Amino acid sequence: MSNTEHPAHKVCWSCKGPVAASALFCETCNAIQAPGQLDHFTRFGLEKSFAVDVDAMEATYLKQQQMLHPDRFAAKSGREQALSSQQAASLNDAFETLKNPVARAHYMLRQAGHEPEGGEGHTVNDPALLMEAMEMREALDDAQDKTTIDAMIKDTRKQARACEKDLGDALDSQSFDAAKKLATRLRYLVKMTEEARAKKSRLAAA
Amino acid sequence: MALLKIHEPGETPLPHEDERQIAVGIDLGTTNSVVAISNDETPEVLRDKSGGNAIVPSVVYYGGDTPVVGEAARDHINTDASRVVSSVKRLMGRGLEDVKSVAGTLPYHVEVPEKSETENGEPMMVRLNVGDRVLTPVEVSADILRALRARAEESLDKPVEKAVITVPAYFDDGARTATKDAAKLAGIEVLRLVNEPTAAALAYGLDNGAEGLYAVYDLGGGTFDISLLKMQKGVFQVKATGGDAALGGDDFDHAIAEHLLAERKDGGATDALDASDAKRILKAARTVKESLTDQDSVEVTVELNGAETKHTVTRDAFDAMIAKLVSRTTAITEQVLDDADVLPEDVKGVVLVGGSTRVPAVRKAVADLFEQEPLSDIDPDEVVALGAALQAEALTGGSDNLLLDVTPLSLGLETMGGIVEKVIDRNTPIPVSKAQEFTTYQDGQSAMMIHVVQGEREMVDQCRSLARFVLTGIPSMAAGAARIRVQFNVDADGLLTVSAREETTGTEQEVAVKPTYGINESDMANMLRDSMVNARDDMELRLLTEARVEARRNILAVQAAMDADRDLLTAEDDTSITNAIATLETAMAGEDRDAINDAAEALENASRPFAEARMDSRIRQALAGQNVDEVN
Repeated sequence: MSNTEHPAHKVCWSCKGPVAASALFCETCNAIQAPGQLDHFTRFGLEKSFAVDVDAMEATYLKQQQMLHPDRFAAKSGREQALSSQQAASLNDAFETLKNPVARAHYMLRQAGHEPEGGEGHTVNDPALLMEAMEMREALDDAQDKTTIDAMIKDTRKQARACEKDLGDALDSQSFDAAKKLATRLRYLVKMTEEARAKKSRLAAA
Repeated sequence: MALLKIHEPGETPLPHEDERQIAVGIDLGTTNSVVAISNDETPEVLRDKSGGNAIVPSVVYYGGDTPVVGEAARDHINTDASRVVSSVKRLMGRGLEDVKSVAGTLPYHVEVPEKSETENGEPMMVRLNVGDRVLTPVEVSADILRALRARAEESLDKPVEKAVITVPAYFDDGARTATKDAAKLAGIEVLRLVNEPTAAALAYGLDNGAEGLYAVYDLGGGTFDISLLKMQKGVFQVKATGGDAALGGDDFDHAIAEHLLAERKDGGATDALDASDAKRILKAARTVKESLTDQDSVEVTVELNGAETKHTVTRDAFDAMIAKLVSRTTAITEQVLDDADVLPEDVKGVVLVGGSTRVPAVRKAVADLFEQEPLSDIDPDEVVALGAALQAEALTGGSDNLLLDVTPLSLGLETMGGIVEKVIDRNTPIPVSKAQEFTTYQDGQSAMMIHVVQGEREMVDQCRSLARFVLTGIPSMAAGAARIRVQFNVDADGLLTVSAREETTGTEQEVAVKPTYGINESDMANMLRDSMVNARDDMELRLLTEARVEARRNILAVQAAMDADRDLLTAEDDTSITNAIATLETAMAGEDRDAINDAAEALENASRPFAEARMDSRIRQALAGQNVDEVN
């Protein structure tokens, strides 16, 4: 029996001919296909690696949206419209996931069979990080002027960048336990930057 | 003779040029509406027979058998005001609660439904009492759309059955659905609902063919919208949106009117204004505002209560009157830029939409903020309809351009304790399909309420409820064992469908989030603003609620264990656990999160010996009758 788990080909719904499982359109009749279980990296023709050229990926994303978006199928059959909607949604999902470093790291962890921290039933258990987060939060609470907050934002972004690099190294060398911790830290840093920005605009509005 | 048409499977052939259905673009506005058509990527507005005004006032007069729409309807305001309906867009997709807030500000009687829901649990639609008729906002909008369609058919001399209709970026699910329903009533097939700022950008984008970031600054009669769009490789992406639904050119008129009245008072006049006086002075103020676009100074005569006064209003004085209003728009704009992590100098062009952007002080404020002259070569009253027409052509005839829109507000679900779990974040590109897994809370729980909400806040009662339905037939399982997958789908029109499914058995239920009453626009702006200001309070409240939920879960688990293994429970443990539960219950009734967490920890400590006894007992049971090899 052949390997039915990951068939390389399926049957085109329109012309009933064979079509590659990963194909967006049937090569024979050009009909749009249902989105398969393509992994996000493959969708954009990328290596499975944390380092992603977001600009290049966005160019591919836009090119594919040009072909797949429901606006391209407004004059077509209901079935084609529905397939296009599914394709465009799954393309959006892939792009949104890979664009964001934390989401990308979580996605890579899950693909490797590791549930990231902080999800349902996975509490964060890193005293050093919790302490650091608490100190940052206190510092933000105390900050009352734009200059101080700007300096904090700058510092947090710098740390986030360094953390992102370590996270990439950990994921690419399959050190998943380290990657989990770093992903959590990156999530905290991003959140702190957002909160600092929000506070800055609240101060500006007051 | 009809020939048999053969085409490749999967390909619906595009009709021949002469058979192609005509599709127009419609800007269905609160105050004014415009219809336009595009051929060969060149859009033009459709004017009335005499080739006059492109603008059709969104006003309907229900005097005779057939409704009268536009200028002619507006002429009846002075003579037969109770049969004239205007500003109906504000009521689209609204229900009981929303209308209470606007009812007094509208010139006709709004019938507020007695019940907020039908027997099927569907929200009741608002009705308007107009003369001897009872109308829904959808029907009134349909009358406006019919008039626009008739204008288009007359002008093009062809039947028009398809259109792209624009809606405010902030329109929620209910208002979008209502707009589509109105089109259906008017015999128009909606090819796509497009956000107004996106349409405006499209109108400019094609002309300029430029790539980069663009801001669309839309200041209408009563609303302000700001959107940030990125154009690249023929794709227009909405990056972020914001606005204030209670800020517009009407506020400028009010400022001038107040100024005129103040001057009269200083001159010794005592004015007691009735409704018709107020209308007249506002009309005078509006004329002053419009004249100050081209002139530095305007003379105006006000006659009220038989006393005539002459006034001079300079542009400088006018600018001072509206300075605060204008700076509110720039503050919101800065916020949106900040949200998107964009600096003003990153913005390549600023598109002006809405009649109020003709005011020089507004243009100057926008130019100062972005450090560049805004684009204004397209009439700000027509630009949205022109963009919609381009999109209509693109959808029927193909195009190299594509619009990628986003969800204006976050969509989520109610979880335990009234906390909102966001499933789709604000500003997520559409179409989007996202799923979240939930689980049961109690042993043997057989049904689960799925409550869909829209908004940015953390708690359910601070967001807008979109739909409720119940997933039934969940098989009996221990708390936390069921896997309930709730799927949200938002299509390219921004309309939401939700389905829920119990994964282990496949029990499934689906609901299209239909009619519902939407969030009224000022609610929406307020909700966004509140979500910023209250982010911190929300977090506190959320942590408190979470602490309570967690504590309740612990109590239930301990009590279930006590019921199951009472024989393992010593009298001493029984007392200390019961006391700890009582203490925790007391803490949960209070507002102190730390107290709840401390009491929960105390319960955990008190129940530890019992838990260990249970564990030992389980291990003994498991090992009983098995030899060592099997265990290893």
